[in-house]
Amino acid sequence: MSGFQGWAAMGGYAVFVWPAYAVAFVILGGIAVQSWRRYRVSLRELDRLLQK
Amino acid sequence: MLTRLANPARFMRMSGPVLPFLAVATVLALAIGLYLALVVAPPDYQQGESVRIMFVHVPAAWMALLVYLIVALASAVALVWRHPLAEIAAQAAAPLGAAFTLVCLVTGSLWGRPMWGTWWAWDARMTSVLVLFFLYLGYIALVNAFDDMARGARAGSVLALVGIVNLPIIKFSVDWWNTLHQSESVLRMGGPTIDVSMLVPLLVMALGYLLLFKTLLLIRMRTALNERKTRALRLAAPQRRPETAPPEAAAVMR
Repeated sequence: MSGFQGWAAMGGYAVFVWPAYAVAFVILGGIAVQSWRRYRVSLRELDRLLQK
Repeated sequence: MLTRLANPARFMRMSGPVLPFLAVATVLALAIGLYLALVVAPPDYQQGESVRIMFVHVPAAWMALLVYLIVALASAVALVWRHPLAEIAAQAAAPLGAAFTLVCLVTGSLWGRPMWGTWWAWDARMTSVLVLFFLYLGYIALVNAFDDMARGARAGSVLALVGIVNLPIIKFSVDWWNTLHQSESVLRMGGPTIDVSMLVPLLVMALGYLLLFKTLLLIRMRTALNERKTRALRLAAPQRRPETAPPEAAAVMR
């Protein structure tokens, strides 16, 4: 194993290292997306009310 | 700075232009941090490559504590000075703190399995961090449990302040009790014991997490202010309701 494959194998710890990074990405990315979506909705609602 | 910003209208005006810069800085710091953590940092001489979990785990733990401190301090300000922005800040920060705590718990478990041979142990450090997670959830649930928003906010603030006793317990749990968890190697008297080749990636990742928190905190606070304004506008103009309702409902109201 060399190069990319060797790196991805994480010295045999791949099954622990990659899920750890994936979990961090999913949880933090998830709350980022949720925060942004709710922000867009709040802007749209306010705009609609102010235009009337 | 804080007192000048502590006015909802001024906060909206000043936080808007800052947001794109914060977002770009967050992405940059996390990209550099991930490269340093996954490629540049050396494997540990005892833990091998599994040590790379540290770079997502430890900053999450720091943020879990820091965000709780912010929630508690903002709650104190909200209780004492009745400042609306402090309340909004505490409520916007709490779900972010819960997310960091969950990352800390899960990545810690994934690190504990290969290094300690167990996913979980009911020892002082892990249990106190789990309590922190439940404190966040309790705060969020309590704030939303009242029809009267002001009462919910006040009850939540009291819980946040009581829960602050958990912070020193988490911090010093590794010194006070025998635990599986290693003791502090960065934020300690006499300087860090961790090697600089691992300290730098760790600090860059921590900066990325901190910037992410600041970005999302601003977004969530702006959202809360927008939602409050929407609610106030709807309450102030009930006579407009028939226009927005479907035709048959409007006919009934007439």
